[in-house]
Amino acid sequence: MMFVPGNNPGMMADAHIYGPDSIMLDLEDSVTMAEKDAARLLVYNALKTIDYGDTEMVVRINPLSTPYGKKDVEAVVKAGVDVIRMPKTETADEVRELEAEIIKVETELGCVGRTRIMAAIESALGVVNAFEIASASKRMMGIALGAEDYSASLKTQRTPGGAELLLARETIVVAARAAGISCFDTVYSNLDDMETFRKEVELIKDLGFDGKSIINPRQIEVVNEVFTPTQKAIDKALRIVAAIKEAQAKGSGVVSLNGKMVDRPVVIRAERTIAYAIASGVLSKEEAL
Amino acid sequence: MRNTKLVSLEEAIRRSGLKDGMTISFHHHFRGGDKVVNMVVDKLAEMGFKDLKLAASSLSDVHAPLIDHIKAGVITGISTSGLRGELANAISHGLMKEPVVFRSHGGRGSAIANGDLHIDVAFLGASSADELGNASGCPRSENAKSICGSLGYALPDAEYADHVIVLTDDLVAYPNVPKSISASQVESVVVVDSVGDSAKISSGAIRDSKNPRDILLAKQAAKVVINSGYFKDGFSIQTGTGGASLAVVKYIRESMLENGIKASFALGGITAHMVKLHEEGLIDKLIDVQSFDKVAAESIAKDQTHQEVSAVDYASADHLGSAVHALDIVILSALEVDVDFNVNVLVGSDGVIRGAIGGHPDTAEDSALSIIVCPLLRGRIPCVVPRVTTLITLITPGKGVDVVVTEYGIAVNPGRPEIAERLAAAGLKIVDIHDLAAKASSIIGKPDALPFGDRVVGIVMDRHGKVLDEIHNIED
Amino acid sequence: MAGTLESGDIMIRIAPGDGLKIDLQSSVSAQFGRQIKAVITETLEGLGIKDASVEAIDKGALDCTIRARVTAAAVRATGKDVWKD
Repeated sequence: MMFVPGNNPGMMADAHIYGPDSIMLDLEDSVTMAEKDAARLLVYNALKTIDYGDTEMVVRINPLSTPYGKKDVEAVVKAGVDVIRMPKTETADEVRELEAEIIKVETELGCVGRTRIMAAIESALGVVNAFEIASASKRMMGIALGAEDYSASLKTQRTPGGAELLLARETIVVAARAAGISCFDTVYSNLDDMETFRKEVELIKDLGFDGKSIINPRQIEVVNEVFTPTQKAIDKALRIVAAIKEAQAKGSGVVSLNGKMVDRPVVIRAERTIAYAIASGVLSKEEAL
Repeated sequence: MRNTKLVSLEEAIRRSGLKDGMTISFHHHFRGGDKVVNMVVDKLAEMGFKDLKLAASSLSDVHAPLIDHIKAGVITGISTSGLRGELANAISHGLMKEPVVFRSHGGRGSAIANGDLHIDVAFLGASSADELGNASGCPRSENAKSICGSLGYALPDAEYADHVIVLTDDLVAYPNVPKSISASQVESVVVVDSVGDSAKISSGAIRDSKNPRDILLAKQAAKVVINSGYFKDGFSIQTGTGGASLAVVKYIRESMLENGIKASFALGGITAHMVKLHEEGLIDKLIDVQSFDKVAAESIAKDQTHQEVSAVDYASADHLGSAVHALDIVILSALEVDVDFNVNVLVGSDGVIRGAIGGHPDTAEDSALSIIVCPLLRGRIPCVVPRVTTLITLITPGKGVDVVVTEYGIAVNPGRPEIAERLAAAGLKIVDIHDLAAKASSIIGKPDALPFGDRVVGIVMDRHGKVLDEIHNIED
Repeated sequence: MAGTLESGDIMIRIAPGDGLKIDLQSSVSAQFGRQIKAVITETLEGLGIKDASVEAIDKGALDCTIRARVTAAAVRATGKDVWKD
């Protein structure tokens, strides 16, 4: 998920050419108070006009407690955004409040249920409430860690090893999995240190995150490299999926490969491997069939 | 040693027998720092010459003072590879009665050699020269000020002009060897304060582009090179100097190291990037018509396997021995490409001349594989356009252009299906060039026709000496 | 006033006027000046504005950006927002 400032038309026009899985146009921290109105209009018009192809479009709105939040919701829902990202989420009630705002606009447009929600968890309270937030609405598609505010709320600062984030990261993964939604890790802002960035991506992949937030197209390649399964893993996954199909064709509930029974978690992991392979472009959808 | 060659500029001009209506020539190795053209033409104007034809290997922003000399009738004809800045703008708006003649570097070399472009007096700036005229672009003393490295574009002038005057700001003791221009070719040597502004001749260090779009384009272009079928031990390569072209070298280098592949030579304008690969042993030899930066200029001065080449030996279509015939891969840029792969590198989207042909058509036609790297859109300016009629000026005919790399996909000339197959097999996104043009148009809309007038302000010659296109004046 | 002078953006100043007057500076005016003015006019008409003096400095903005900047400048000039309060 690539962050793009909502008041920068040049970057918004071609953010998708770098092939991120999703683009988050930002109306919150990257936009000054004086430009909130202009950025909202820019994001609205960009979403309505620019062909972003298959890229999932997310907009980070301002908190509903600010004078900008509700207008942001109205604008981006009208523009047909895929996902609204709510910043600084601390309670499930906040999610439900956002949902109510979305429903108001969707009802007017006659498209109730179109807009999904992602909640950014950026405080100690948010982490404590992670599961309630993750399961607050059927529209919830994911939760994400916002590490700058979170580490400030812990009264610490960010370190290269990320020790201060460990509990939050694990909690968010567990909450997301328990709620059956996705989870995304925070940004890494030093563009010149690709080595530390790579280590962080490897860490969060091992923790179970579905993806990483990035601030520059240059970071995409590293994320894809880390998340791209090896050819060996892909081949194995394809064999497992083929075995499932074979079992289904035979009407058999038991999937077996090379004479051994394949457990359900193995099947799930194989499907996930194939999904990553497709997302990172090393496997075409046709090959996966 | 008694020397009658060492004279003042005025005396050298007088001795040359220059008359009104004759052709004078210059090279552009001092690029944006050149002081020779303005200095000499100022002197010619002062001496009362009129109706001179100026044949430069290229002209740039720094040559804006020529506008006044054109208005005064001192200069009435220009031939060049490129024009930029105020001079280009004025000419595009109809400053000259006689159209400017544009030739590629190889085309100019051929034209000088076969007499199409006859030079009466060549004024050739040199970074060092001795009093008999042995001249070089390399420094030969501690006083060297204006260093340009290769003098490749000046060599046809030195060989074929009726009369050659060398200008230098560093007169060194005889013999100034190794030499680029030989004493036997030179009639006069003029010592001046400065032939060029060294800060503007070349940049000092390698600057890697951090522009994400340049990086994306470069990575894609490198993948094209690597999977093209031409990337094998002993291959040869030429690249341009744009941000994306330079970055391509970086990614190709990685693949060369990984796969144990070495290049036999790199050709053309040589940059620090190429010198680095050469010094690492990844490129055996450098064939240098123009040293683009300080590192390249220093390398050619000290390294026997980094050789200067004349414009004729570099890119002439008339000589099978010219280096472009041995070139495997060239990476080029473009202002515009149309759906038939025709390329414009000379006239901007506003109809004003703002570039240079350089070696574009020479290398595209004669290399085994030519790759154009350009964004689909520059702001609101489309770089892939529908038909040849909407291409502003035809510079490089499409039959010589094999692959176009954009941020929205890679298009392969239908005449090269085997390359399309190889790239597709490697998993690269191959698109129809018509789809690229349609994509551009869907984003920016359909541009209005440019307000060109009826007057011809430029004639584009192809590299074989035939008229390829005309450039009309632009109206405001 | 809205917009910036960054590449891909357009800066719009709107002042009171009699009829619609657009003063456009753009590096792509030869090819796109007509379209840019048309987008500005349409956007203002969509907001019910028929009288205004518009100064536009374009840096290669796409139509969607022009619409956004014109709307923002108009909203700021009139104090009447396009979104509900």
